[in-house]
Order: sequence, then structure tokens, then C-alpha cells
Amino acid sequence: MSGFWTIVRRDLKLAQRQGMDSYMVVAFFVIAVVLFPFGVGPEANILARISSGVIWVAALLAAMLSLERLFQIDFEDGSLELMALQPVPLEVVVMAKITAHWLTTGLPLLVATPLLAVFMNLPYEGFWVLVLTLAIGTPSLSLIGAIGAALILGSRRGGVLLSLLILPLYIPVLIFGVSAVDGAISGLSVKAHLLIMAGLLVAALPLCPWAGAGAIRQALET
Amino acid sequence: MIFHKYANPNRFLKLATTIQPWAAGATGLFFVTGLYFALLASPGDYQQGETVRIMYVHVPAAWMAMFCYTAMAMAAAVGLIWKHPVADLAARSTAPIGACFTFLALFTGSLWGKPMWGTWWVWDARLTSVLILFFLYLGYMALANAFDDPARGSKAAAILALVGAVNVPVIKFSVDWWNTLHQPASVVKIGGPAIHSSMLVPLILMALAFKAYYIWVLLIRIRGEINAGKIRALRLRQVHGGPPPIAARPSQGVN
Repeated sequence: MSGFWTIVRRDLKLAQRQGMDSYMVVAFFVIAVVLFPFGVGPEANILARISSGVIWVAALLAAMLSLERLFQIDFEDGSLELMALQPVPLEVVVMAKITAHWLTTGLPLLVATPLLAVFMNLPYEGFWVLVLTLAIGTPSLSLIGAIGAALILGSRRGGVLLSLLILPLYIPVLIFGVSAVDGAISGLSVKAHLLIMAGLLVAALPLCPWAGAGAIRQALET
Repeated sequence: MIFHKYANPNRFLKLATTIQPWAAGATGLFFVTGLYFALLASPGDYQQGETVRIMYVHVPAAWMAMFCYTAMAMAAAVGLIWKHPVADLAARSTAPIGACFTFLALFTGSLWGKPMWGTWWVWDARLTSVLILFFLYLGYMALANAFDDPARGSKAAAILALVGAVNVPVIKFSVDWWNTLHQPASVVKIGGPAIHSSMLVPLILMALAFKAYYIWVLLIRIRGEINAGKIRALRLRQVHGGPPPIAARPSQGVN
């Protein structure tokens, strides 16, 4: 467990010292959403109708932006190999890096959401559900994305490849996140959607570090 | 165990050489009879008229799209667990074939949808999940070919195929529910379980033709992969100087 927290602290410290990374993700999130009123026009009811979907898609793309570097830098300078050699299982290392990734991207996205909800004229009934779905959903995004980030290690053209691998796998999270918010806006019960999202998270929690560690082992073998 | 026996590419090639003409023959036979029944000897639908004949390509293609993904994921698992080199190649060779079947299913479905539903595309649950399946195939192929060392590409892509296999049912259900939540059942899939034997016979013949075709093309592709591996090994040997002793050679076609 101490190994886990050591790596989380290390990654957070790195993110903090290199600065900017989290801000850039949030900036991307905000700008991507702000483009939509220009694209579809500023009518309040159209924006309200698409707000949940737009915010969710933008959050998903923003979370994906920084994934490429999740393992890449450590892989290139060899520290990933050292982490794989230490007594802490590689799965725990992967889990720690995922945790750090979520703390540096998922959490800032959550903080930026109220602003975007105002921009997109999101109905008030949907707001807390949106925050809640993002809170449950973004960890799943980090978890699933970590598999992709581990798979592309050592490949040519990593970034574009990553989006091709990961985006189809993100679809369930997106669907349930958006339907929960839409359900809340139209006054339906959202419990089922939230439970399914929580279920996805609980399933991804053990499976994704396992698959990610498998992929990293493949990458380190060669 | 017979399964391990064919981990040797050369032994597998011998088996493939035996099966291949039979697969080719079966493909030809089933296509000729299937197309005869499908296009000439079966009745048109009383509602859909002649357009129902698209079904004889569309439905087998959709079946094969799912079958190929299952086959690919199973081959990938075998390759990962037992480090079975031919299984790796089989998974790798299945992906483009499966992607083509998926594309064919989407394309013919679109052609069928225009006269029947009045639109090329709807965000129906089934269409959407097949489209996502197509993207999964594309992702697999992109990853498998993204590495300088093809064996490494196969390994990484195998993990992706398995992750996809876990995710495909989830995607399927989520898309099903998403559809029912958002739009009323304006699009009802035509068909139902009751299908008359005059249509079932050509359908099954065409499905068999597709399957035989898959086996035939798969064997050709695996052969191609094995030969490509041999060429790569020869090139490497050329670059690195004189031939190493036979015992020290890497197993051919694997790396």
C-alpha cells in the first residue's frame, strides 16, 4: 500500500512541478464546449437540449488528451522498467498511475463543470446529476484509457492510435452519463443509470489495471 | 495435444495446404447454389418485393461480423495464454476479413434501409452496435500494425481484442437501452422468427458460403503472414551477415 501512495505522490509532484498539464486539460474542456454555441447558434433551448451531451463528450475528449503521456514518459526514460522490478506488483503501480491521472485530470474537469453548465444553459435539475455522473464516470474513463495508454507503448504514431482504440470503449460510459442527466432534466428517476455507471466503475477497477499491467509487461519484454 | 502440434508454422502450412482446396471448393459450391436459390428460385417478399433478396447477403455478413470477432478474440486468448504463434497469426489475419464482413453488413443494410425505411441510416440500437464493432476492428488492425516488430503488435492487439470482447456485450446492452430511452420504436426490424423455408434454405446456403469463404481467405492470409515472417527473417540474416547455424535460427515466421 505504501508503494501505491509513493507512486501517486510522485506523479502528483511531477504534474505539479511540470505545471500546466491540468490547466491545459481544463482549458481544452472549456474551449471545446464554448465552440458549440458558435457552431449551433446561441438559442437557449437548443443549447439546453444538447448541453449534457456536449459537456460529456468534451470531458471524455479532455480526459483522453493527457492519457498518451500516462506511461509514455516513464517508458522512454526507463523508470517504468524500474517500477516493474520493484516488489510492488505492476498492477498496483498501474492503479497508482491511474489514480494520479484522475486526480490531475478528472477532478479538475469536475471543478470546471459548473461554469460550463452555465454557458450551455443546462437546466438546474440536471446540474447535480451531471456532476455526479462525471464524478462516477471520469474514474472509469481513466481506468479504461490506461489500457490504451499501455498498449501503445513503443508504437509508431501513438496519440491518434490511442483515440481509435479507446473511444469505442468509452461509449457505454458516455451513454449512461448522458441519459442520467437527460432523465433528471425530464424528471425521471436516475438511480438505475447511476447504478449502472457505478457497476461499470466497479468492474473496471480490478480489470483495467490487470489488462494494463499485462500490456506494459508485453512492452517491457521487447 | 493436436492443438500444440500446429504451433509449428510449417506443420500448420501442411494442414492448410490440405484444407485450402476443399474450402475453396465449398465456397464455390455454396455460392453457386446459394445465389441460385437466393436470386432465382426463392419468392419475393409480399411486402418488400424483390429487395428482400438483399437479406441473403446482409444477414450472413452480419453473422460473420460477430463470428469473426469471437474467433479473433479466442485466437488472441490462445496466443496470449499458450504463446501459440499460429494463433497470433490467425487473430491478426481474421481482423481484416471480419472488418470487411462488418462493412458489408453495414453497407447492404444501408442499401436495404433506403427502400424499406426511407433512410440510409438510423441510430437504431443494432446499427449502432455493428458500427462500433467496425470501429473495434479498425482499432485492432491499427494497433496490430503500429509496431516495427509484428510479433509485438500481435501481442498488444491480442490484449485489445480481449478487452473489446469484455466490452462488446456492455456496449450492446448500453446501446439497446440508449435507443429505447431516447426514441420510440419507430423502426421495427422486419422479419421475426417465422421465416418460410423457401427463404431459409437460400439464407443458410449463403451463410455456409460465407463461412467457407472465411476459412479459405483466412488460410491464404495466414500463409501470407508466415511467408512474410520468413522473408523478414531472411532479410535480417542478410543484414546481420552470414547465416547462423540451423539450430540457432529463430523459429521461422514467428518473429
